[in-house]
Amino acid sequence: MSIKNTKDLWAGVIFLFFGIATMVLAMGYQIGSAARMGPGYFPFFLGGVLTVLGLIIAVRSLVPGARAERIAPIHLRPILCVLLAVVLFGLLLPSLGLALSTVTLVVLSSLGSHEFKLRDALVSSGVLVIVSLALFVYFLRIQAPAWPVFFFGRT
Amino acid sequence: MDLFSNLALGFQTALSLQNLFYCFMGTLVGTLIGVLPGIGPIQTVAILMPATFALPPTTALIMLAGIYYGAQYGGSTTSILVNLPGEASSVVTCLDGYQMARQGRAGAALSVSALGSFAAGCFATCLLAVLSVPLAELAFKFGPAENFSLMVFGLVGSIVLASGSVIKAVAMILLGLLLGLVGTDVTSGIQRFCFGIPELADGIGFVALAMGLFGISDILSSLERREKRENLKGRIAGLWLSLKDLRTVAPAVIRGTLAGSLLGILPGGGPVLASFSSYMLEKKISRDPESFGKGNIRGVAAPESANNAGSQTSFVPLLTLGIPPNPVLAMMAGAMMIHGIQPGPRVISSNPALFWGLIASMWLGNLMLVILNLPLIGIWVRLLSVPYRLLYPAILVFCCIGIYTVSNNIFDIFLTALLGFLGYVFVKLDCEPAPLILGFILGPMMEENLRRGMLLSRGDPSFLVTRPLSLVFLLMAFILLVIVAVPAVRQRREQAFRE
Repeated sequence: MSIKNTKDLWAGVIFLFFGIATMVLAMGYQIGSAARMGPGYFPFFLGGVLTVLGLIIAVRSLVPGARAERIAPIHLRPILCVLLAVVLFGLLLPSLGLALSTVTLVVLSSLGSHEFKLRDALVSSGVLVIVSLALFVYFLRIQAPAWPVFFFGRT
Repeated sequence: MDLFSNLALGFQTALSLQNLFYCFMGTLVGTLIGVLPGIGPIQTVAILMPATFALPPTTALIMLAGIYYGAQYGGSTTSILVNLPGEASSVVTCLDGYQMARQGRAGAALSVSALGSFAAGCFATCLLAVLSVPLAELAFKFGPAENFSLMVFGLVGSIVLASGSVIKAVAMILLGLLLGLVGTDVTSGIQRFCFGIPELADGIGFVALAMGLFGISDILSSLERREKRENLKGRIAGLWLSLKDLRTVAPAVIRGTLAGSLLGILPGGGPVLASFSSYMLEKKISRDPESFGKGNIRGVAAPESANNAGSQTSFVPLLTLGIPPNPVLAMMAGAMMIHGIQPGPRVISSNPALFWGLIASMWLGNLMLVILNLPLIGIWVRLLSVPYRLLYPAILVFCCIGIYTVSNNIFDIFLTALLGFLGYVFVKLDCEPAPLILGFILGPMMEENLRRGMLLSRGDPSFLVTRPLSLVFLLMAFILLVIVAVPAVRQRREQAFRE
């Protein structure tokens, strides 16, 4: 048997997962009674409802009459490039400083587009570095180094 | 009269040099970002929110409000010029606006949209000023039961707006409520769902959530679609409307304004519902319904007036009852809380300058939009031709630095990446993330009201239905849920979304 509605199936599974995880975690906090609700009461209740909804969504997608809704194919390149760029930006910011981490962010994330052009990416990262230095470092004075710490020290 | 002295206080606040400047900046950058194709008010507010955090609360809110309706207006511009609505509320503007543009009447469409919005904004601002004081007084009488039921009503209302399956929207709301509970529980002091991560003790950062779910996930989805955009060729001429146009448009603007103002106040209402319904209304009462969708100027005037009126009156429930009626207002609520202001009936009495200043600034902001947009339209058009491959890295840069400036902690950047991925997955599975953000804002408040109510009633949940007002809210929520779930209505709703 082939599953027709993979969209709903996965959505249901995700909600089911969150629901059950919430219930399990909430049991670790004090549930309390209806009159004196502990920290676990409300989340346990919500988690329960979410679990039921997740089940309904998942089961409905499996019944024979389900609407055919397949998940559109996933392109990994943009997801990986963009998310990696954001995470790297966070990792590099405290040591490399705003300027260089911005260049990393722009160039790496630009790689995610199917129309990537290195020259354009470099030019736009240059412009963005100048704008963000002016705006965030000199105008808004954020608490992050502008230039590499090991080179210029913390200023 | 009280109203006039209040408004005088408002204008005094809003007309200070600093506030005027930031109101202007807000509408300017709001339009600037909102005009970019595919970026709607939610994304715009999310991206620009950190820029306001360094300001004092009143100024910050004035600027944020400016960003909001600037973005709304920018979205209409994109709809008319390139047929790419940034979000649901300008979808209907596309129908006739883009047709007008193709017939060489883009200038007229833009003018109607600006002037209609301005007229609507003036009316809605007055309505907001008149309604808010009595409503806030009513809200003061609310106990935990009324508050809880009203929030349920508000959450159910947000389902009406979400496209796609009702049950998935409910699940997204629940997920939002749960995400809102992450962090230290106020009553017991216990840290919930923190997994030992100290950064989560204060809860999931609102900015990280908003930017992840709407900023980053949107970029991921857009990159995947690889769409080629059609750029507008030629210049825009003829911004002036003929007298005949004005006469045709005036009744549509009035009807749109009235419908929009009314629908904006309801939970789940706001610009989207307002623009859809007023378009339908125009089409229904028109002597020539066939001409709609083919460049009828009324088809631009009515929804544009309605969505501006609706976006303004939707501040009523937020500022008087503390309930954000739609996701964008949930963002406003989140921003207010970051500034230490709890949205609700207390805002008017404890912070009158802020409240009335905000109202006065809305009127000023609308005026600025007209002055700003018509002459600057050439610049906005040029902005539309920026290719997406240059645009999205820039958005990412401002998102990442913006998140960092809020908390000065790189953890929030990682959290945003994670939430962005989650948002992408949900969009992929046809689960709209917008209801989630409402749940996130209301989660902690609902829990607290439920706890207090249950404590007072000694664990008997019937207190929710024995208080008349609370019962009314719950019944309305129930009726709304049934209406949305009934197959016939559902089909019509899906049809409306597809149009």
